[in-house]
Amino acid sequence: MSLQDFLTMRHELLLTVAAILILILEIFRNPAKKKGIITFSTVVFGLITLIGMIPVPEGILFGGMYVSSQVTTLMKNILNIGVLIVLIQSVTWLSKEENSGKISEYFILVISTLLGIDFMISSSHFLMFYIGIELATIPIAALAAFERYKNKSAEAGIKLILSSALSSGIMLYGLSMIYGTTGTMYFYEVSHLFAGNSLQILAFIFFFSGMAFKISIVPFHLWTADVYEGAPVNITSFLSVISKGAAIFILVIILFGVFPVIMFTWQKTIYVTSILTMTIGNLFAIRQQNLKRFLAFSSISQAGYILLGIIGGNSLGMASIIYYILVYIFSNLGAFGVVAVISNVTGKENIDDYNGLYRTNPRLSLIMTLSLFSLAGIPPVAGFFGKFFLFTAAAQKGFYFLVLIAVLNTIISLYYYLLVVKAMFINKNEDPIARFKSDFPTRFALLICVAGIFFTGFASMIFEYIQNLSFGV
Amino acid sequence: MDILTLFIVIPVLTITGIVLAGDIKRVRVVAAVGMALQLILAAVLVILYLSQRRAGNVDEMLFVKDFVWFSTLNIHYTVGVDGISVAMIALTSLVVFAGIFASWEVDFLTKEFFISLILLATGVFGFFISIDLFTMFLFYELAVIPMYLLIGIWGSGPKEYSAMKLTLMLMGASALLLVGILGIYFNSAPDGNRLTFNILEIKNYIIPIQAQRVFFPMTFIGFGVLGALFPFHTWSPDGHSSAPTAVSMLHAGVLMKLGGYGAFRVAIYLMPEAAHELSWIFIILTSISVVYGAFGAIVQKDLKYINAYSSVSHCGLVLFAILMMNKTAMNGAVIQMVSHGLMTALFFALIGMLYGRTHTRLINEMGGLMKVIPFLAVCYVIAGLASLGLPGLSGFVAEMTIFVGAFQHPDLLHRIATIVVVSSIVITAVYILRVIAILLLGPTTNSHFEHLTDARWFEKLSAVTLIGSVAAIGMAPFWLSTMIGSSVQPMIEKILSFKPF
Repeated sequence: MSLQDFLTMRHELLLTVAAILILILEIFRNPAKKKGIITFSTVVFGLITLIGMIPVPEGILFGGMYVSSQVTTLMKNILNIGVLIVLIQSVTWLSKEENSGKISEYFILVISTLLGIDFMISSSHFLMFYIGIELATIPIAALAAFERYKNKSAEAGIKLILSSALSSGIMLYGLSMIYGTTGTMYFYEVSHLFAGNSLQILAFIFFFSGMAFKISIVPFHLWTADVYEGAPVNITSFLSVISKGAAIFILVIILFGVFPVIMFTWQKTIYVTSILTMTIGNLFAIRQQNLKRFLAFSSISQAGYILLGIIGGNSLGMASIIYYILVYIFSNLGAFGVVAVISNVTGKENIDDYNGLYRTNPRLSLIMTLSLFSLAGIPPVAGFFGKFFLFTAAAQKGFYFLVLIAVLNTIISLYYYLLVVKAMFINKNEDPIARFKSDFPTRFALLICVAGIFFTGFASMIFEYIQNLSFGV
Repeated sequence: MDILTLFIVIPVLTITGIVLAGDIKRVRVVAAVGMALQLILAAVLVILYLSQRRAGNVDEMLFVKDFVWFSTLNIHYTVGVDGISVAMIALTSLVVFAGIFASWEVDFLTKEFFISLILLATGVFGFFISIDLFTMFLFYELAVIPMYLLIGIWGSGPKEYSAMKLTLMLMGASALLLVGILGIYFNSAPDGNRLTFNILEIKNYIIPIQAQRVFFPMTFIGFGVLGALFPFHTWSPDGHSSAPTAVSMLHAGVLMKLGGYGAFRVAIYLMPEAAHELSWIFIILTSISVVYGAFGAIVQKDLKYINAYSSVSHCGLVLFAILMMNKTAMNGAVIQMVSHGLMTALFFALIGMLYGRTHTRLINEMGGLMKVIPFLAVCYVIAGLASLGLPGLSGFVAEMTIFVGAFQHPDLLHRIATIVVVSSIVITAVYILRVIAILLLGPTTNSHFEHLTDARWFEKLSAVTLIGSVAAIGMAPFWLSTMIGSSVQPMIEKILSFKPF
């Protein structure tokens, strides 16, 4: 491999090196000073994020199994930013006494998940894609069971690994059919040999179902709420933002790049699933009391909106999806950040516990409100722009009815987001959560989220940059 | 910086000032100074606008400034004003200014209250100066969302229910509006040019009639909900009666005008063919709004409910006039918007002041207040007379113009609708005079009320500002109607050129 090749896959290589470094540090570090690993790993990851942003020419490696283009680099960078925020947010939680024995495990598992995601995004061969998706799934199941002494956490881990295994099996079955009918696993060749006969349609359905599990699209969403509730908050935010975002990225790439021939088939599939996903996610979110379950269902419905960007098969759609994921990272991590802070300090996770929060912790309440408004798509925060572009992308191809359903769904979602706002600002409470001061990393992470929520929307160059790189069917 | 962008910059600076201000007194002063500046700016805008017109500038929009925002989608930040928007901006700054003084005594979370209130005003100002549909929609939503907190936190009665109902219904309307706007956008260049959100460019094209038939009703209802179009008016009585004083003023006085303004400028102006085809449905609905609102006001016992139903009736009249699609009625619609905005703001301000003294809003529990608090009582009578259309006050000018315009249509539907709508004048007189009789005249029934104090300086300032404007329009309506008329003329000509027969 030449230096050029190293640069082409710098994301993956750097992550591998970082994981090994943390492992070595874990072995040689004095057990009493384990907390230093937290700072070290976070800083190293920050550096990786920065290095990833350096522009490098596109390239193809491993005989065409690995492709790095500007779009894939952009996707990886966006996910890196998200993971960085998650890592900073988890500093407080990791510093707790009960976690002191498994600090480096946390970082190694997160990094290997991200490694899998990066390989998945860059794959241009179904086997590479499959390896990536497995590497991205198995460590996250271990992370979900991170607080293994808690029943719910262990349950979450088992649920995640079982449903992932099932979905991988279904997907693999579909991939084998693709191989059987086309004789190749390379994206490029499959896209040319794909004719759209019945067996291939079946193959697509299996593939799509497998992906739907990862993105938690209705009717493959049933694992989501339980896993999100059981897993530690920071893992939940990782699952709901990074895993979901990555799966959507690769779904776009594959649908646009490999299956353009059967576009009318997958448009119908997505039409139905997106309506179901939005509506069911929203309706179930209304009844939730636990904020993690609440955000789980809200993130299911968000996936439904995101499908609106895919359905048109246009470059505007791809751009709006990438942009929306970026916005979604800031908004959702902002909301989860607040939930995590409060859960760490008080152990409370229910909406009722937030009654009267504004009187005691005004800043946290404002950040939560901003994040929820951004998720609901209220101007002037970034979520508004994100949703607007998604809807524009679907309308461009004439899916006005779908857009109408989606916008009406945002009204339902606004209702339950406002319930949280109401709890914090309006509801009276004799015994609200006491005033507390959060530590520097938490504040820093929340600051990044707030800045992102404000800045990403108004700064049109971000969207224009993304749109210049995007492509359609 | 151009003068129109200042209308957004000043509120934003005011909000920053409020955030930085220390105690309640400073917060109030900052808010008052900021909105006073805004009022002065509005006056300057009116003068500049009139002098430009007098100098012979016949452009449709003046002071146009254009910045490319999202170039790939051709989204611009474009501002510009014509006579209608200048009138609306002047109205808004008056009402906001009076609103600040009407809420002088808010003592619970004062800072947050003024921030939300001015944020709401920012949305409204932004809406009226926008020419680009995207920014227009953005500001529309920005104006709606602070209402939730304003009603939910500082409201009274079933405030949580009302706040949620109002927010969800208005956001539901914006859902229809969003689809409508996207529909207009993707049909804005039928001959293959670049798609655009700019109203001034879209009006040069003819949107295909099939698209118009789908998107006209969506856009019209989307704006109509905000203008209390029957049967989507139900948010208004609940919302207005639960809202704190200044919010009721701003909402009934200004926010409901967004509906009429948008329905004309976006729905009818850009899609005139469908407007002609489908106007009969909406004429029937708005006639129901007018009469139903008036009857609703008769049976209510709560002062705020009475006024809220009266707003449904008056705003229905605005939409009705817009649907007449001729110059006289349209002139009347804009004057009615200004007039109703001032008058209803005055009403709500006075109701707030009365409630602050008597701690009740039920008319049966009050009586003979004229002797105790003469200043407020006289103001209330003036507001009532303006509302029922007494000559010399603004309501007369507006309603007269609308009905003259409406009678110009010779066909049966318009005739019947007009006659039905005109009957609302009588009903209005009934509920206004009934309230005045019970509330103000006769002996003072409740002994607690004999020691009430009359208006204080900030209350007087708020009321006098509004009464002065109402009387000014009533006495000298011509400068206003000329200003509006010159802008309405070309728009109406374009709309009429698509008339099918």
